Amino acid sequence: MNVAKVLDAKGLACPMPVVRARKTIKEMETGEILEIHATDKGSMADLTAWAKASGHEMVDQKEDAGVFTFYIKKG
Amino acid sequence: MTVTPILAGEIAKKVISKEAFFILDVRNEDAFSDWKIEGENIQYLNIPYFDVLDGVEGILDQIPTDQDVVVVCAKEGSSIFVAEMLAEAGRDVRYLQGGMKAWSEHLEPVKVGDLKDGGAIYQFVRIGKGCLSYMIVSNGEAAIVDATRMTDVFIDFAKQLDVKITNVLDTHLHADHISGGREIAEAVNGTYWLPPKDATEVTFAYEPLEDGRVITVGTSKIDIQALYSPGHTIGSTSFIVDDAYLLSGDILFIDSIGRPDLAGLAEDWVGDLRDTLYSRYRELAEGLLVLPAHFMIIEELNDDGSVSETLGKLFANNHGLNIEDEQEFRQLVTGNLPPQPNAYQEIRQTNMGKITPDEETQREMEIGPNRCAVR
Repeated sequence: MNVAKVLDAKGLACPMPVVRARKTIKEMETGEILEIHATDKGSMADLTAWAKASGHEMVDQKEDAGVFTFYIKKG
Repeated sequence: MTVTPILAGEIAKKVISKEAFFILDVRNEDAFSDWKIEGENIQYLNIPYFDVLDGVEGILDQIPTDQDVVVVCAKEGSSIFVAEMLAEAGRDVRYLQGGMKAWSEHLEPVKVGDLKDGGAIYQFVRIGKGCLSYMIVSNGEAAIVDATRMTDVFIDFAKQLDVKITNVLDTHLHADHISGGREIAEAVNGTYWLPPKDATEVTFAYEPLEDGRVITVGTSKIDIQALYSPGHTIGSTSFIVDDAYLLSGDILFIDSIGRPDLAGLAEDWVGDLRDTLYSRYRELAEGLLVLPAHFMIIEELNDDGSVSETLGKLFANNHGLNIEDEQEFRQLVTGNLPPQPNAYQEIRQTNMGKITPDEETQREMEIGPNRCAVR
C-alpha cells in the first residue's frame, strides 16, 4: 500500500484521533492514503464513521498488541 | 457561558422523576441507535462530534434554550469538546461526567419492601443497562443476589446499614453483564452460591444452589428458597424470599420473558422455559412480588424507580405468560430474537473464571443494553 502520510495518535483519547486525522488529511491530495496509529478503542468505530461521513474510504484496519492501525484514502 | 459536569446519578434522578430535558448525543449514529439514555420526557439530538469540528453554528437552532441541555458521548472527551463550543456560542450546557461508561455503571439503590421480622429488601437499579441486583437484610446480616461488577457499591451499602454480608447468590450464569458475586463473597469471606447446572465449567469453588435448598439470613431466619426454574439457562434458579418476594432472575420480567438462546441452545431450552412459566410459576402464590434481574424498557420502572409487580398481575398482563398455543410460544421465543448482547461469549467466560480481563476491557465488554428478554 502506498502510504503518503503516517499519523501517530497513540495515547490520545477521543476526540483527538479524529481531530488530528481530519487536520492531516486536509493537507493531503485526493487518492492519497493516510496511515493512523491509535490506542483508543473508541477510535475504531469513530474513524470509520468519520471517514464515511466525510467521503473518505477506510481501505484497511488492523489491531496488534493494543495498537489500532487504519488506512484511509482521501476522497 | 459555562460548561458544568452532571453526574450519572443526577441524570438517573431526572429519569425516575420523569423530568423533561434535552440530550445532545455526540457519539456516532450506530452507537446512538444501539444504546442511549432512555427517559419518558427526554428529547434527543444525535450529531456525531466529528460533524461539528468546524463549529456548532449549524446546529444551534436545534438546541433549546428553555430546558436543561446535557451533552453526552462515550467517555466524556468529545462531549466536553462540543459543550465548550456551545458555551462559546453563548449557551449554558452540561456534559455527562464519565460519559455512557459512567451511565452504564451507575447503580441506584431503592428499598422495595420490609420483611416480616424487621428486615428489608433493596433493589439496585442499574438504570443505564437495565440490570437489577438485590440485597436482603435481616438482623445484622445481608445476602446479595445478582450483584454487578461494581462491588464497592454493595459492600459500602452493607457498611452503611451496619450489616455483614454472609451469602452471595447468582440466579444463573449471566451472559449480559459481569457478575460481582464471587468477588464480593471473597472480600467479605461469605458463601458464593451458583446453580450447579450453569457452573459445570467454572474454575472456582462455589456452593451449589439446588431446588428446595433454604438459605437463612439473620438470626430472625429470613428464608431464601431456591426454586429450580430452567429456560433462560439450564440452571436458572428463582428465589422466594420471606414467602413474599419472588426473585425471578432472567426467567420472567415485568413486560417480557427470558430468552433461551444465550448459551446457544434455544431449541432445547424453550420447552423448559414454557414449563417454568406455565407450570412451576403457576403453582406459586399470586401475591408474591416479582423482582426480576432486568428491565428492558424505562416504562417498566415504578414511580419510585423500582421494578416490581405481583405475580398475579403478571399472569394477567404479561403477554409472554398468555400464549395458549405452544407452537406460537416457541415461535415467539426462538423465531424473533433480538441481537445478542455485546461480547456475551466473553462475558460468560469471565463469569466462569476462564478469563480475567482488566477493568477497562470489562467496561468495553458491557457496553450496550442487556437484551436478555423477548417480548
